[in-house]
Amino acid sequence: MSALVRSLLAGSILSGTPLLYATLAELVGERAGVVNLGLEGVMLIGAVTGFIATVHTGSAMAGVIAAALAGAVFNLVFAFLVVTRRANQLATGLALMFAGVGLSALLGARYIGSRISGLPEFRVPVLADVPIIGPAFFVHDGLVYAAAPLAVLLWWILFSTRWGLEVRVVGENPVAAFAAGKNPYALQYQALCLAGMLGGLAGAHLSLGVARTWAEWMTAGRGFIAVALVIFAKWHPLRAMAGALLFGGAISLEIQMQARGVKVSPFILDMLPYVLSLAVLAIWGGARRHTAPASLGRVFQGMP
Amino acid sequence: MKILYGFSRADAGEIRLDGAPIAIASPHDARRHRIGMVFQELVQVPALTVAENIALFLPDLGAVLDRRAIARRIGDTSNRYGLATDPDALVWQLSVGERQRMEIVKLLLGDARILLLDEPTRGLAPHEVESLFGIFRNLRGDGYAVVFITHKLEEVLACADRITVMRQGAVAGSLGRAEATTSILVSLMFGGAVSPAPRGAPATRGRETTPILELRGVSVPPEGHATGLTNVDLTIWPHEIVGVAGVAGNGQRELGDVIIGLAPCRAGRKCYAGVDATRWSVARLRARGVVFIPEDALGMAAVGGLTILENMVLGDTRKYARAGGLAIDWDAARTDLERSLARLGVSIPSADRPIGALSGGNVQRVILAREMAREPRLVIAFYPTRGLDVRSAVAARELLARARERGAGVLLISEDLDELFALADRLVVVFRGRIVGSGAPGDGASDTLAMDDVGHLMTSGSRPVRV
Repeated sequence: MSALVRSLLAGSILSGTPLLYATLAELVGERAGVVNLGLEGVMLIGAVTGFIATVHTGSAMAGVIAAALAGAVFNLVFAFLVVTRRANQLATGLALMFAGVGLSALLGARYIGSRISGLPEFRVPVLADVPIIGPAFFVHDGLVYAAAPLAVLLWWILFSTRWGLEVRVVGENPVAAFAAGKNPYALQYQALCLAGMLGGLAGAHLSLGVARTWAEWMTAGRGFIAVALVIFAKWHPLRAMAGALLFGGAISLEIQMQARGVKVSPFILDMLPYVLSLAVLAIWGGARRHTAPASLGRVFQGMP
Repeated sequence: MKILYGFSRADAGEIRLDGAPIAIASPHDARRHRIGMVFQELVQVPALTVAENIALFLPDLGAVLDRRAIARRIGDTSNRYGLATDPDALVWQLSVGERQRMEIVKLLLGDARILLLDEPTRGLAPHEVESLFGIFRNLRGDGYAVVFITHKLEEVLACADRITVMRQGAVAGSLGRAEATTSILVSLMFGGAVSPAPRGAPATRGRETTPILELRGVSVPPEGHATGLTNVDLTIWPHEIVGVAGVAGNGQRELGDVIIGLAPCRAGRKCYAGVDATRWSVARLRARGVVFIPEDALGMAAVGGLTILENMVLGDTRKYARAGGLAIDWDAARTDLERSLARLGVSIPSADRPIGALSGGNVQRVILAREMAREPRLVIAFYPTRGLDVRSAVAARELLARARERGAGVLLISEDLDELFALADRLVVVFRGRIVGSGAPGDGASDTLAMDDVGHLMTSGSRPVRV
């Protein structure tokens, strides 16, 4: 029993980490008023770039950095389309998602089956030896440990710095930002660049930390779960941690049940996180107004 | 004004500051020249706090926000000019007057010395306007320049040193306060062509025994940040204009929505012409003669991409449907449209242009024409003259008065107290979703409401104590 609890907890954290990075990525973009449905594509680009870089350099650290940069570049393409070209955010996001799926498959085709050691695990001294909790929480790779502090950092940036205030104002009312003499476009580019880096990290953790291999479309919809998680988190980085843990738990439960040969169709188990997403959206729905950035999804047309 | 603040760009001409020409291409440039603006539609972020809204405009804001310092600076400036503002309040919770004050604090802390204010008195109660003028006087004393835009002559005369009259995009005249009188200003505004004096039509109240509309104990739950309605009783008789006064956002919208069936009553009863209509749909009410003139015509009453004629038909698709709905009688619609536009004295270039291409005032006029063409029994008018020039506003008011003469009941929701006092037979004042006062407009004696009473009821929910 304790083995099950331990692997469930450890699994929740491991599977929750890429979700948290992805959720934070979506959250930064949405705070600046941009819905990015292309996040899935950004993650895949990050995952494949990170993997290729690791195979060639042998260093997972290099892979992580490459993934963040590739994610940022890919997301800047999205930014160019929706901010500069004022294209529809939803259509652009979906198109970029599929572009990311295809591009990552193309880039990664030669690397299917390549083996890497992936991100090294760190055992936190002393704490790792506490029964159950120790192995569940304190034997992970560096990106896992960095995730929660990053969420706190992002919370601080959004709510306590000038840049964070400006980003939030752009998401609420770009005209107000413009009237204050700020440049809404520049702020959206900056936010989307940061979002791309976080999305790339999410992908890198999948290929280098969780799966330690590359497979086509390995994100399997996690980018979309992150979009739902942003709503669950009510656009707040700290609540995003709880959401990521919950969904990580659902994924981990699915894996554990399959590993233990529970007699349920694997297809039903595969659906578990997504059914949970539906439940979240159904319960949260549009019940609370004014939690979403007011200008979310709208295209700032500039001044006549 | 938008050119001065860099929102729009001038095609020709130059702007001089202290005698030297300057270029203003964006609000960023305007702010560098210490020009600040309060927009007619306040440009604020309702979901953020007052402090955050103001911080955005601080020129020397550090990379990390120092909330305590920001709050202290807001406190200093607001005390100095009597602009009470709570830095921690969320902007959507504030009244229009409070938001207006916040805007001024914002400009002052934003280091502006030329303040442009576009119709800042809109939605303010008389005593709030008075205190705003007091603030202007203090600012003037401290060396600020204030540009105050309004369409109310008495406000201009009450606070301006110099007056410039604009007509159709050109300066019609500029004069000092000492030489200005109401009649000079009016003749400058209208080229001496019209006398806009509002006429008070006598109430030709019949002896009907059934009210056209009756609300009994109606409550509507609040939605989002809006107010709901609590236990509202309201009766509208035929041949009567009932005016609803109140600061925007105190339940006017909900009141209108509940009457036309857009919002369900949670409690209470609604009777239309003596029949219980609590659960009637909008279509059923409209079919029985309820018409609705919304505040935002393009948002609620017209489809911008369709032509004027198509929008006309949209108002009553059944009336113009032929062959069981398979065809539309465009000619009949065109005749109706032309007749009602003529009655309103409005000319439009062509009924086949998209309505969205018309100016806001013209859209409102077309909607007025369409709705009035339906021989209404009950008219619900939301700020029907907002955004109209004085000439069209007079025409719109006449239209409402004519509907009354023909026996309709009219609910007139307005924030222009002069309009309400000129038109309404009876006034009700809403405050926080309740009706806090009612009576005929008058001088405050016995059952009547004076303008000052209404102002206090609007802002505090109670009458001033009379000595």
